[in-house]
Amino acid sequence: MSEYLLRMTDIHKKFPGVKALDGVSFDVRPGEIHGLVGENGAGKSTLIKILSGAYQPDSGMIEWEGQPVHITGPLHARRLGIATIYQEFNLIPPLTIAENVFIGREPGPSIFLSWPELYRQARAVVDRLGIDLDPRRIVRTLSVAEQQMVEVARALSMKSRLIVMDEPTATLTENEVGQLMAIMRELKAQGLSIIFISHHIEEALQICDRISVLRDGRLVGTRAIGEVTLDEIIRMMVGRSMSELFRRSITYATDEVALRVRNLSRSGNARDPNAIVLDNISFEVRRGEILGIAGLVGAGRTELARAIFGVDRFSSGQIEIDGRPVKIRSPRDAIRYGLGLVPEDRKQQALFLRLAVRSNMSLAALGRLVRFVDFVSARAENELIESYRKALNIHMTGPEQRVANLSGGNQQKIVIARWLALKPKVLIVDEPTRGIDVAAKAEVHQLLDELARQGIAIIMISSELPEILSMSDRIIALRGGRQTGEFRREEATEEKLMHAMALERAPVSVA
Amino acid sequence: MNQALQTSASTLLRFTRRLNLVEIVGRFAPLLFLITLVIVFGSLEPRFLTKLNLLNVLRQVSITGLIAIGMTYVILTAGIDLSVGSLLAFAGVVSAAVAKGGTGTWLRSTTGEQGYGVTLAVLAAIGIGVSGGLIQGLAITRLGVPPFVVTLGGMSAFRGATLLFSKGGPISGFSEDFRFWGQGKVFGDVPILALVFLGFALIAHIILRYTRYGRHIYAVGANPEAARLSGLNVKLLITSVYVIVGFFCGMAGYLLASRLNSAEAVAGVGYELTVIASVVIGGTSLFGGEGGIPGTVVGAVLIGVLTNGLVLMNVSTYIQQIIIGSIIVLAVAFDRFIKSRRRV
Repeated sequence: MSEYLLRMTDIHKKFPGVKALDGVSFDVRPGEIHGLVGENGAGKSTLIKILSGAYQPDSGMIEWEGQPVHITGPLHARRLGIATIYQEFNLIPPLTIAENVFIGREPGPSIFLSWPELYRQARAVVDRLGIDLDPRRIVRTLSVAEQQMVEVARALSMKSRLIVMDEPTATLTENEVGQLMAIMRELKAQGLSIIFISHHIEEALQICDRISVLRDGRLVGTRAIGEVTLDEIIRMMVGRSMSELFRRSITYATDEVALRVRNLSRSGNARDPNAIVLDNISFEVRRGEILGIAGLVGAGRTELARAIFGVDRFSSGQIEIDGRPVKIRSPRDAIRYGLGLVPEDRKQQALFLRLAVRSNMSLAALGRLVRFVDFVSARAENELIESYRKALNIHMTGPEQRVANLSGGNQQKIVIARWLALKPKVLIVDEPTRGIDVAAKAEVHQLLDELARQGIAIIMISSELPEILSMSDRIIALRGGRQTGEFRREEATEEKLMHAMALERAPVSVA
Repeated sequence: MNQALQTSASTLLRFTRRLNLVEIVGRFAPLLFLITLVIVFGSLEPRFLTKLNLLNVLRQVSITGLIAIGMTYVILTAGIDLSVGSLLAFAGVVSAAVAKGGTGTWLRSTTGEQGYGVTLAVLAAIGIGVSGGLIQGLAITRLGVPPFVVTLGGMSAFRGATLLFSKGGPISGFSEDFRFWGQGKVFGDVPILALVFLGFALIAHIILRYTRYGRHIYAVGANPEAARLSGLNVKLLITSVYVIVGFFCGMAGYLLASRLNSAEAVAGVGYELTVIASVVIGGTSLFGGEGGIPGTVVGAVLIGVLTNGLVLMNVSTYIQQIIIGSIIVLAVAFDRFIKSRRRV
């Protein structure tokens, strides 16, 4: 038997404008739990997508059980014995646990399904996990943690040798994390290997045998537990050269408070009506100030933005704009009070991919372009588009080009332009540079700086610490829906922020 | 020589690239298909390419064409309306009853034989159409029931209301005023009905292309979530398109009664298919956000030409239905193929 179950050597993967993976070498031993950590954009998800067959590497070698392999697709990966459990579960909610575990491989004679056999086999798999779960239960009625166990059971039933878990603990409570770790140890005892991806470094230190750190598409290093400290891991994660980033030199923050949030709380989400989503959040942002909001997945960053902007209702709390309390019940209300939101998920929540640049850019401001009855003045609209094309340096063939054919950076600029056309007082930008290349990133940063200079109050949500640190006048850290730190620009460091964001787990829900 | 050839070849290449052939063929595919059909029928059947026959085709497609204008708005928001035929019939019988001064039990006339006049009859038809559309629009946006289900229900309910109101029988024999819009002609042979259709098509097109409202319709259809986050009142916009299609159903209900000189309780059965086919053949995407009125007009005329041409060539109505059904599928398949090739 080979020393390594999996060995990836010098893996390269480029996307338009981004080197997602730049010569990464990585291996997993049989019966090992291998942690994979790194900031957002470090390349973790690209690496596991290559492993699961979703992407093909540009170059590099993958060896599986000592043999070089070329993983052609997800089915191939599964046949090899690699199972990937993504954050978004791949389950069919109205079916039973047993059906989900054996989907496509149901036991029974010819085209018929043998229910007793199905339940018996499912029972056997669930027992191997050492948990108490009735395979006849409907998946929809399960908690997040239980659904995750169904995914693990499916991986197990497929005789997988390696299970890749992408942020499996992000949405779990402390108890559930303990349970998951017990299952992971059980699997390890049965000889399976696990790649464990997590933002929560302490968890990785508890459960893993080795930890690999990725940063900017490169492997910083692989360390065995016991010869590494938490601080060292954090240093490996964040030790990026800041020189390539746009750095703000001066602050334009004034004393006028543009937006104040008092004691904002929200409980209940789609999965759990008692979950604490936001817990007593209070802050203010001034005209000309860039307020950074830092937090990991599940910290409540996006939820906070959505609550302020009237997308989701909040349970209690107060929002003031220019010192006056306001009631914001919908994005329409928010816009009327001078707010703008550049959402996190550009394609789903901001862009009209099938429409032209024209519609995408001027949509929110069409009312200002109406000269007669409801007719939009073509000249005024063209002037608006041209002025923002110039000001934001948007590369496009013309106003009739479909936004689907623009790069991520240009798409993001169009979304920003849509709000600028309304002359907002407060602009909330959620992950403003996610999925865009380095050059466009710097341009977006410069643009935000310029907007602050013009007196717009900016709330910038980001999971990229260098971005938060280089851009913000002030930073708030969130964790589990709570404020866990506030830093002035001068006192903030990556280490301090990372401590506030990532260490110690705040309870996600109350029993 | 060789040099010159290369230069001209590359110029040609650049030229076709700028023209973007795929885009042009894609945009005008229904029109090209219509022209081809006209040429084919014209060469096979001498009676086809006469002014009278062509005007007749236009008149024949006007009723479903009018509804297809409204349906274009609905489908642009990624919705659907299956109730159009039933709503048309309901509006037709109510309009007829108003014009006749009653049906016996309902709307007993106080003005004797003359009824309430054409204006009131038209307003009643439009009122029924708009109200029916409003109810369905509110059911879709406020109750969150999918358009397919709401209008499937409406299809049954409005038909029932029509039969209840008319007691199943036709209401026929109208005044000349009442028949004017459906049967009248101007400039010699041009049916007024066709002008009404084309006139409303033009207005609907201008609204869709040049007003804020029209632009909002496209946005809601292309991405409702992004539209909401951009401050659009998505529920109101979606409700409005069902009101618009209801308006056209109401008007079409009156016009059909006017043209046939009879309001039938079973009028408009199966119209939803012709109407949706007109819109879809015209290139409007069932997923919303793409398409427009010119395509719908072409689609409606195309179905009319196909039916008319096949009738003239003595093709049985059964075979006609098979051909039209196949054309719908092929037209959409072609549309999807072109769009998958599009670059700009």
